[in-house]
Amino acid sequence: MTAATLDAVVAAGPRKFDWVRRNPTIVIGSAILALFVVLALVAPWIANDPLSFDPLNRLKRPSSEFWFGTDQFGRDVYSRVVYGTRISLIVGASVAVIATAIGLVVGVLCGYYRRVDDIVMRVMDGLMAIPAILLAIALITLMKASLLIVIIAISIPEIPRVVRLVRSVVLTVRGLPYIEAAVASGTRGRIIMTRHILPTTVAPLIVQATYVCASAILIEAGLSFLGAGTPPEIPSWGNVISLGRAYFQISPWIIFFPGLMLAIAVLAINLVGDGLRDTLDPRIARRM
Amino acid sequence: MLSVRDLRTQFFTRDGVVRAVDGLSFDVNKGETLGIVGESGCGKSVSALSVMRLIPEDAGRIVDGSVKFEGTELTALSERGMRAIRGNRISMIFQEPMTSLNPVLTVGEQIAESLRIHQKLPRRAAWDRAVEMLSVVHIADPGRRAGEYPHQLSGGMRQRVMIAIALACKPQVLIADEPTTALDVTIQAQILQLMLELKERLGTAIVLITHDLGVIAETAQRAIVMYAGRKVEEASVAELFRNPLHPYTRGLMNSIPRRTAAGRRSNIRGRLQEISGIVPSLREEITGCAFAPRCGFALERCRLERPALEPHGPQHLAACWEVARVAAAPR
Amino acid sequence: MTAYILRRLLATIPVMVVVALFVFLLLHLTPGDPAAVIAGDDASPLDIEGVRRKLGLDRPLWEQFGIYVSNLLRGDLGTSIFSNLPVLTLVKQRLEPSLVLALSTLVLATAFAVPMGVLAAWKARTLIDRVVMGFSVLGFAVPVFLIGYLLIYIFAIELRWLPVQGYKPLALGIGETARSIALPAFALSMVYMALIARITRASMLEVLSQDYIRTAHAKGVAAVAVLLHHALKNAAVPIVTVIGIGLTLLISGVVITETVFNIPGLGRLTVDAILKRDYPIIQGLIILFAGVKVLANLLIDISYVFFDPRIRY
Repeated sequence: MTAATLDAVVAAGPRKFDWVRRNPTIVIGSAILALFVVLALVAPWIANDPLSFDPLNRLKRPSSEFWFGTDQFGRDVYSRVVYGTRISLIVGASVAVIATAIGLVVGVLCGYYRRVDDIVMRVMDGLMAIPAILLAIALITLMKASLLIVIIAISIPEIPRVVRLVRSVVLTVRGLPYIEAAVASGTRGRIIMTRHILPTTVAPLIVQATYVCASAILIEAGLSFLGAGTPPEIPSWGNVISLGRAYFQISPWIIFFPGLMLAIAVLAINLVGDGLRDTLDPRIARRM
Repeated sequence: MLSVRDLRTQFFTRDGVVRAVDGLSFDVNKGETLGIVGESGCGKSVSALSVMRLIPEDAGRIVDGSVKFEGTELTALSERGMRAIRGNRISMIFQEPMTSLNPVLTVGEQIAESLRIHQKLPRRAAWDRAVEMLSVVHIADPGRRAGEYPHQLSGGMRQRVMIAIALACKPQVLIADEPTTALDVTIQAQILQLMLELKERLGTAIVLITHDLGVIAETAQRAIVMYAGRKVEEASVAELFRNPLHPYTRGLMNSIPRRTAAGRRSNIRGRLQEISGIVPSLREEITGCAFAPRCGFALERCRLERPALEPHGPQHLAACWEVARVAAAPR
Repeated sequence: MTAYILRRLLATIPVMVVVALFVFLLLHLTPGDPAAVIAGDDASPLDIEGVRRKLGLDRPLWEQFGIYVSNLLRGDLGTSIFSNLPVLTLVKQRLEPSLVLALSTLVLATAFAVPMGVLAAWKARTLIDRVVMGFSVLGFAVPVFLIGYLLIYIFAIELRWLPVQGYKPLALGIGETARSIALPAFALSMVYMALIARITRASMLEVLSQDYIRTAHAKGVAAVAVLLHHALKNAAVPIVTVIGIGLTLLISGVVITETVFNIPGLGRLTVDAILKRDYPIIQGLIILFAGVKVLANLLIDISYVFFDPRIRY
């Protein structure tokens, strides 16, 4: 490094690291999350086939050969957990995107059109009264099991909270004088919505999206644990834990390792969400 | 009875140390009404809170000075000892009657609490005394009112309740921090009247903190003028108004809009007099006289040396190097 | 006040209607043939027809809805396809364990979390505060079944203080029930505790910055009395509100916890229903739980009056 670049780095230095020091949560959370993403992507290279049976190696304790031990079919728990990362991340991200997108549209419409608001909020209240897991279970019971169905089933109970959030932001912004001015000068509703109101929803929406992602991962794990989630052939963390129940007393690692991964992943996402929330400081939006 | 000597209170913020009170000394004698005048931010409220030791520990503290109350050094007292004094021998009422009363407790309960804590009265007796106090502060139908909540009372009535709470245990000193600022003018007069009446009746000394010179003129016997955390003048109220010595005090007096009177300059047609400049930041150490940057009479010495409080008349103290010049100038 | 209660009761009707409608429509709007899905992969056309009849899908839509609504109004939550027992009967059989678990969790969570939140607010920005907040962050992340299995491992398998699983009904004595419900209730209460502690702290911080707290100190009231007598009541409304919001979380958690600890309650009923795809049971449970949530919210709204005299209906 030349003296010139060093000077430049030192000059830019304090500001950059200051941000890091003041927001440790985002940094730690993002780092862990990035690790998980990498894990999911390179799974085929760092793990064995999660589905291959090996009856000779049933229920082996964690060792140098099987890092997380094996389950009752001789499957390598470590591989299953690594591949499970993919499922959880896919579910989390998909649900977050779907619920946020739908919630945004519905929320904005509600905040803007009174009549729509009255009806839709009643529906949202009704949806929110149903425990999320049961709602998902109801859907899944009626259709053939697949990952897509699981994603849809988890998205539906997450929508009302996003709608509530977006709606409250929209209602608050609508009352502001500059919106009145826009209406008075004849700007069409659709343009007001997209150009003026939408940008304000972005920050709180992103924060909420991270929480939805974390919640979705937990719900998927819960559903799989109960046997109502991802089809058993696909190694999701919840499935691994579910199959490990019967052998818990002799082989607790089948439950603990995926459980730990789950906890760390959700923690990381929550940290990112909390950090984002503190940084973006949504003065207008209120958390639900 | 109450003796403050060289009090220094500082607040520790992320951007630096704020010297809110910077070497303040004053006395309160038995049964008198002392006024503390100054604009917002001059440290008058903070001094009162310091005397009561109500400054939150994580915000700031008293870094130097002494506060002696009837022989006891308050700055050295334990928290327990201080609690026995607060609300009992020294009481304080605050500016905002709307928010100073607890919304979820009845008015009677809030008065009775003081009595139960300090006079150890049993529930029934404390409640009865509370009702009594309500009638002392001239609230009609005290028995019923005692069972009501603050939001059911008007602003003036709430301030009366505050006074009732403060005086329930018959304290020796009542510190009133801007008690009438948030009230309508007519109510203001009533509250001040009430305070004087109770002072007579109970023999309580009153420290009246305000930025309103009119209130001082009506209620106080002696007054001190504060600026940037320091005392700049002290005199009996009559003397202060007749002969203000410090340039700041003069500036304050001149800022009051007045009608024309024979022999006096009318300022109703011209511009209102103002004191140019702004209050100095309390974050930096102030060298010399705090008022110097805004003072029309300031000389080099004023900027370098902090003026000491010198007597310049009967019971009249002023902190200014150029008192003679100031006094000679036309008002 | 009674007018308010009546009005709120009336307001719960639309919500319940939405729930009932939603659950009903779910059966009809899902793509594919639910009867076939429920009957299973090896079902014969006859079996599928049988399921269809049991679900009432062979009748016209309006008739189905009419029967459905009139049944609901009579308290009939439907009939299980596989056991032919009314859902309500099944619920009654399994109600006690779930109720005991839910109530214990609620009490446990509140009893621990509120003091924690108060303490954290009182000692804000000190170590205690950070610890409580850190615990709260963890509570949100760690899934119920992980905590459950951890507790089982430590307390039941290693230390052998408490039973690994199962439930002892109240009829056998409250001590036995308490022992069997201790670990499940504790596991379930974690996430609830995190929620309540966080909101308690936030609400208390807000209250402690108010003027009337300064007045209380100026009166010479002791610090603890200020916290509990003056501050807490003012902070109560958001805390109680969040307890209501967390109820759906609680119910979801009950299902999972009962599975972990093998408790024969409504959770177990749900899981059995999932395995057999016994939709009427799930439908009935949804309506039941939604009703409970709505009722609980009503009770909470009414409770506000006791905390804040400014709220008058």
